[in-house]
Amino acid sequence: MANNSQYLLDIQELKLHFRTTKGVVQAVDGVNFQLKPNQAVVVVGESGCGKTSLAKAILRLLPRNVFHYGGKVYLNDLETMGLSDEEYRKQVRWIKMSLVPQAAMNSLNPVLRVGDQVAEPMMIHYGVKKEEAMQQAIKMFQHVGVPVDFINRYAFELSGGMRQRVAIAMSLVTAPALVMLDEPTSALDVLTQANIFNLLKRIKSEMATSFVLITHDIATSSELADRVAVMYAGQIVEVADAFTFFKQPRHPYSAKLMASVPKLRGNDEPDFITGQPPSLINPPTGCRFAARCPKRFGKCNEEPPMVSLGEDKVKCWLHV
Amino acid sequence: MTTKDKTKEMNTSTPAPAKTGKALISDILLSITDLRVWFELRKWGFRHAGYVRAVDGITFDLNNSETIAIVGESGCGKTSLMRTVLLLNRPTKGTVAFDGKVINDLKAEDLKNYRSHVGYVQQDPYGAMPPFMSIQAILEEPLKINGMKDPVERFNRVKKALEEVKMSPAEEFMAKFPHMLSGGQQQRVVIARAMIMEPRLLIADEPVSMLDASVRVEILKLLRGLQKKHNLGVIYITHDLSTVRYFSEQIFVMYAGQVIEKGNVKQVLQATSHPYTFALLEATSDPDARNATVQKEVPPGEPPSLVNPPAGCRFHPRCPKMIDGLCNVEMPPDFEPEPGHYVKCWLLK
Repeated sequence: MANNSQYLLDIQELKLHFRTTKGVVQAVDGVNFQLKPNQAVVVVGESGCGKTSLAKAILRLLPRNVFHYGGKVYLNDLETMGLSDEEYRKQVRWIKMSLVPQAAMNSLNPVLRVGDQVAEPMMIHYGVKKEEAMQQAIKMFQHVGVPVDFINRYAFELSGGMRQRVAIAMSLVTAPALVMLDEPTSALDVLTQANIFNLLKRIKSEMATSFVLITHDIATSSELADRVAVMYAGQIVEVADAFTFFKQPRHPYSAKLMASVPKLRGNDEPDFITGQPPSLINPPTGCRFAARCPKRFGKCNEEPPMVSLGEDKVKCWLHV
Repeated sequence: MTTKDKTKEMNTSTPAPAKTGKALISDILLSITDLRVWFELRKWGFRHAGYVRAVDGITFDLNNSETIAIVGESGCGKTSLMRTVLLLNRPTKGTVAFDGKVINDLKAEDLKNYRSHVGYVQQDPYGAMPPFMSIQAILEEPLKINGMKDPVERFNRVKKALEEVKMSPAEEFMAKFPHMLSGGQQQRVVIARAMIMEPRLLIADEPVSMLDASVRVEILKLLRGLQKKHNLGVIYITHDLSTVRYFSEQIFVMYAGQVIEKGNVKQVLQATSHPYTFALLEATSDPDARNATVQKEVPPGEPPSLVNPPAGCRFHPRCPKMIDGLCNVEMPPDFEPEPGHYVKCWLLK
């Protein structure tokens, strides 16, 4: 299939299955979505729905127990699935795409100075000299609002918010077109959260970076989202423009998810979703949300198709 | 619970604010007076090098069947306050009174007896449970410690506690180990453990911050239901303002070891008076696509060191409305813009 190069990232039928003692876990099971340059897409869903595995699958950071890894990931015109691991490392990782991992604040190396850690990707991926890389790191520190004299400090000497900024600086130092953020603010205070999102918004407009933001917190996800992708049981069930989504989510799961958000302004009482997400070892046939869905009907025993509504998509029989 | 009930409740809880002491004695469950918790810093292991003033002059009363939400950034002293109420720290100054009796210096049997009246819901449910014990063993432990010798009686209590947190069939869960449960179920077990001695006071330290967004409301509703059923006094510690208004009567906003604004939910959220509370509210997002297009206003800087807190108002170095010569010199007293609503800010002079 020819790739439509108006997209920065185009994922087609991406699958990532893990082998476990209990059976094969279908963590990512046929995911499709596209991202235009300088857009931010937010992937939301409950824990265990495969969000983090999706990030790993896109960036090919695979654990050892992979059972099946397939599909297509296009970055501009480059089909990355065809590359060998070494080519992938040289051409894609950090150069085109980088990751701010979950709990990034604890993912810094405790025995290296933070400045060295930020400079390292430049030295490894672009082969620049240490002094030059450090210059770049200093620039990055200024950019993300970390005082430059922190460059010689160790991670434990920084506050949580500062560590998160360092992790973001590290992901941006090679100026990749796409940055993936896995729960960037879940361990931070509200004021720090607001600061980090201000920073991400600024980077998005100044550096024209695209973001894939993975989170379970819908309220804060709206701080960055141009588009929203809702993930349930290893599949994307809805992709929509942020303005449409936050006003009128289409999939019943999205609607339930939105209703579960306690709001500071407005008067609706938050609700919760009864039941548990299905096991990904033997996911139910048909619609995977059917068992918890308030609008379930006869057709839901069959797998719903992905219905296109303009640029938006929803995987639900109600919209066929 | 409907909104109507909530407003009614809010009104009834209004006339019993901190300090006044006019409410019936029997109604007050926990009374804290000018509480200070300081931790000594030492240099080279023995030389005195100052104090960390984690809690610095807090006064309030908690009534039966009332929830107080304590809101603030990390490092503002929320957890030190909570640990002092649990007597895991001893107060440096001031008093903590439970049911009319001062409990500052409880020892041995009395302490054990006091703790059986207080339930504690930890932040991280998985970290709060020993991984090598079954759910049944975990829930039996407090009963054993408090001298319930009959295994059948213990079994029944455990079963009842699990059913109360809506974990059924209880027998099936009892045999499981913590790692076999989902995050929400783990937190239910922790709540069941906190409730098993039938406490009168429940302390919930960020009970939902480690949980999935879709489970949070469920757990908070469960806590609220238990509170109503057993007339518990609850201290709910959180940094998430958006959940507070559904699950508490009073809000205390803490900053650098002090309560800088307190009042009932309506007063604090709708008649917000302290610039710090404003900043917290401003930083809390509601799901709205317009958020992505604007930068938020966040006060610059970080919370001050508690070893040498700034003179005057502790928020003044970050405050956009700082009055020079007043805010940075003299500590503001508690102003009372409306009955029961206290604000530590010179703007209300």
